[in-house]
Amino acid sequence: MNITVKLFATFRTGRFSIESRAYPEGTSVADVVRELNLPEKELGIMMVNSRHVKLDHQLAEGDTLALFPLLGGG
Amino acid sequence: MDKIARINMGAAGGPKVTVEGLGEYAGLGGRAMTSLVIAKEVHPLCHPLGAENKLVIAPGMLSGTTGSMTGRLSVGCKSPLTGTIKESNAGGQAAQVLARLGYAAVILEGKPEGDDLYKILINKDGIQVIVDNSLKELDNYPVIEKLRKEYGDKVAYMSIGTAGERKLLAASIACTDPELRPTRHCGRGGVGAVMGAKRVKAIILDDAGMKMRPPKDPEKYRDANRKFVEGLRKHPVTGEGLPAYGTNVLTNVLNEAGGYPTYNFKTGQFAGGANISGEAQAELEVKRGGTATHGCHRGCVIQCSGIYNDKDGHYLTKQPEYETVWSHGGHCGIDDLDTIARLDFMDDNIGVDTIEMGVTIGVAMDAGIIEFGDKEGAIRLMEEVGKGTPLGRILGSGAAVTGKVYGVERVPVVKDQALPAYDPRPIQGIGVTYATSTQGADHTAGYAIATNILKVGGDVDPLKTEGQIELSRNLQIATAAIDSTGMCLFIAFAIMDQPETFQALLDMLGSFHGITMTGDDVVALGKKVLSAERDFNTRAGFSKQHDRLPRFFYTEPIAPHNQTFMMKDEELDDVFNW
Repeated sequence: MNITVKLFATFRTGRFSIESRAYPEGTSVADVVRELNLPEKELGIMMVNSRHVKLDHQLAEGDTLALFPLLGGG
Repeated sequence: MDKIARINMGAAGGPKVTVEGLGEYAGLGGRAMTSLVIAKEVHPLCHPLGAENKLVIAPGMLSGTTGSMTGRLSVGCKSPLTGTIKESNAGGQAAQVLARLGYAAVILEGKPEGDDLYKILINKDGIQVIVDNSLKELDNYPVIEKLRKEYGDKVAYMSIGTAGERKLLAASIACTDPELRPTRHCGRGGVGAVMGAKRVKAIILDDAGMKMRPPKDPEKYRDANRKFVEGLRKHPVTGEGLPAYGTNVLTNVLNEAGGYPTYNFKTGQFAGGANISGEAQAELEVKRGGTATHGCHRGCVIQCSGIYNDKDGHYLTKQPEYETVWSHGGHCGIDDLDTIARLDFMDDNIGVDTIEMGVTIGVAMDAGIIEFGDKEGAIRLMEEVGKGTPLGRILGSGAAVTGKVYGVERVPVVKDQALPAYDPRPIQGIGVTYATSTQGADHTAGYAIATNILKVGGDVDPLKTEGQIELSRNLQIATAAIDSTGMCLFIAFAIMDQPETFQALLDMLGSFHGITMTGDDVVALGKKVLSAERDFNTRAGFSKQHDRLPRFFYTEPIAPHNQTFMMKDEELDDVFNW
């Protein structure tokens, strides 16, 4: 299945900003995080189609997954 | 900080300075000082621009010490924008210098007859109020340039631009940063108009000959400060994200979450968001020889600001904050960083709140004065404000006034203060704060974004109503306390997640004052401040019906989540029941 993966802030370093990537059925957010070598302890915000999700969330064809490190501002 | 200076600008024979002890205000700082003085001494029904209003300027409880992050300055008054009590705080150098000069508060009272414009010099020898009509009709950058020739670079300056002189409702008070740029503003609520009404153009703070404020227990204070700094450096938000990208790192987050108000709150995502994101901004700043990491005052270890140069490498403005990039950017359909930076400079120079001004331009776009996305048009409207034309005065009086004058229905304000950069429909928690804050719509009053969106300090679902009242209540209490310490509010990201960093803050407060400070004491301080503010607002004519969002948030769903603001009125009325 095709998943649009978006990375932000320091997660982009040595990786990418946005890519359409192919994954097998049943792939979870955690699987993508592992595949991209993103340090789990730095993970802040995970969103699928603009909704917050947890690591065990199962992705579906056409999803947009956005991964941010812990961030703040305001 | 053992004294309070009262400057009666309206005294017979010219302004009169009285210096007195702290009396019943002993131990207070920052917002606690400004709000308790206003609540006790200012008639709640007074005209905000009249002689009965007071402008209270107060450094925080720990300002002027060796403690890190202690440079916030609070300014309080009855707000000409909202009609409520107002506390507006800023970074920059002013708080540290004023605190070292020994003043827990400087209170501007009364109002002079005539057209003379004054500057106030505060140094180790006392306070002088001096007529200086050569400063008339100057904006902030030229004012500071002129004053630097006279008073030099080893001082801190506070000033108002032409907006403050004209008593526009969006007028701010500028504080200079370590490099003497007038870029750190008490922005919200029209505090600059109150200073202008009292005919005070500038305050020069010179702490030559003064020492750092000594803690009661110096060793314990040093140790607590060390642990506090370690905690800030260790936390990913205060140690990495904010220094590298600044507050504008939120553009992509809020846009992705569908909570980024676009085209005057018509939709929750902006197609041009990536072009004005913190990531893009930081890269551009570094490429042009500016910097993406800069502190607004000495002693800051977070360094969330930066320097934005133009395409030729010349200084244009400080790094525009997330709220500024939003208000002049996505809110107006503008996705060009150079335009936004130019507008940020104009805001700072003319002396207006960047949130109020950007939101107002978006409302003017909705009225059809210019089109959404019209970059040159936005700059032209700001020029009108700077010139003080009739249109400029309307715009400079904020979103509520502009909306009324032009017959706009969708006007995003609470108590006539413009909403900041987070839509309350997909982020219910921040809507609770906007509706109920004593200050009018203000994200900093109870920053539910942390828990709703950023997942710092807990996790409350932004799309649901559950847990939002308690969240906003607790944040509003904690914020009122932090705003009293002189600490930058961004320390909250670290102290919410790291108990040892919160303990270090308590130990700093305790060892400085020679007392034991507990979490309960912090809560009690926050409640005391909020209660005084609520009491003032009640006496000023505000009731629970004012603690609501504009109706369109209840009736117009917003994409992509297609939901409205769902908090019930009786739930909102419960925020201050503790």
